[in-house]
Amino acid sequence: MSDGEGPIRIGWIVDRLDLIGELLRDHVILTVLAVVIGLIISFGLALAIRGSPRLYGPIIGVSGTLYAIPSIALFSLLIPITGVSIVTAEIALVSYTLLILIRNIVEGLNGVPPEAIEAANGMGYTRTQRLLRVELPLALPVIVAGLRIATVTTVGLVTVTALIGLGGLGYLIVNLGILRGSSPFAATAIYTGVALAVALAVFADLSLLALQRALTPWARRRSA
Amino acid sequence: MEFLGEVVAWFANPETWSGRNGIPIRLWEHVSLAAAALAVGTLIALPLGLLIGHTGRGAVAVVSIANIGRAIPSLGWFGIVFVPALNLGLGLGFWPSVIALVPLAIPPIVTNTYTGLREVDRDLVEAARGMGMHEWQILRQLEIPVALPVILAGIRTSAVQVVATATLAAVIAGGTLGQLILVGINIGDEVQVFGAAVLVALLAIVTELSFAAIQRAATSPGLRDRGSAAELSV
Repeated sequence: MSDGEGPIRIGWIVDRLDLIGELLRDHVILTVLAVVIGLIISFGLALAIRGSPRLYGPIIGVSGTLYAIPSIALFSLLIPITGVSIVTAEIALVSYTLLILIRNIVEGLNGVPPEAIEAANGMGYTRTQRLLRVELPLALPVIVAGLRIATVTTVGLVTVTALIGLGGLGYLIVNLGILRGSSPFAATAIYTGVALAVALAVFADLSLLALQRALTPWARRRSA
Repeated sequence: MEFLGEVVAWFANPETWSGRNGIPIRLWEHVSLAAAALAVGTLIALPLGLLIGHTGRGAVAVVSIANIGRAIPSLGWFGIVFVPALNLGLGLGFWPSVIALVPLAIPPIVTNTYTGLREVDRDLVEAARGMGMHEWQILRQLEIPVALPVILAGIRTSAVQVVATATLAAVIAGGTLGQLILVGINIGDEVQVFGAAVLVALLAIVTELSFAAIQRAATSPGLRDRGSAAELSV
């Protein structure tokens, strides 16, 4: 491999495969944690909204405001409270998933055809059974659509955690790239970080789509 | 509580408001950078969205733009712009930062303009055509007014995103309020980090509310009831 000319130095990447692997692993962990916690919280809030629809406005208002706060600002606001830690990163990352997830879960559940609910009632399902066996499966495509957006967004936001000294692929872009602009390897580090972040986002997006297709075979048959 | 007192003291300190690292200069950098990026982004995205929305051709392009825009991290754009700006000796700062922010401004405007135009009742468009209106007249007198709330919702999403992300321009010497945050992190001054973060958050919220007000004011009274439905699609 040519290691002398050109902006991308393959040798640099090969020498640092261990580090790059670790950063990728950190990135995946930060993302998965945020999305899973976000999904659990959003699910609880969506069920609360179903119980009393008056809550929809205030809950969407608060999560919308959180969503509007820039990521680096939210990290910074949390540092005095939780320090430079994974907790700081996760509180911020989870906050950003809420708006999209809550909205899609509520919309998905509202979109369940009344006939399906009637049928479930007629079959003597309890509310929990109806939720788990009828409403959730039918709402799944809309919920997964939100999950995909939240996941891809989170993958991007995790790169920003490098600015507050946490890991992730942002370390390649910022610490080994921009902050070492004079180094001949800066471009390699930046492009590697960006390419891996994009690849991770695309991979996560397609995996969730495949999962949704596998879980809702009837939707596939209908569209075919 | 003690910490919040220090933050208040930081805001009250005249030094915080003067000089190169004073709030007024950094705020001005922030707003002018965001405004430039939003203006350039709108100039590119609006005609594109109008074209695709009016002709109905190129819907695949809209989806692709939206997906690519989401997959590339905002910090990544600064890295992508950083390399050529440095290697070609173009220097860092304002213009490279504008270029890094423009790709963030484009997708919401293209998507919403396209969606807004497509939601215009096709029968109305046919009727306008039957009345002998030119394509340009249909666009200007029918499609744009009806789609305006949705188009403005897209510009609002872009504006908030650009204002938020302009904070990151500090990493490529673009200044902005992000500079106060980064310097604060580097020297371990949590008070300055917190104070600057409050300003950034306020700026983002003010942007959101201002554009929401513009959107409401620009919505034709006959369409106002549909405003909430349009926002949902964003």
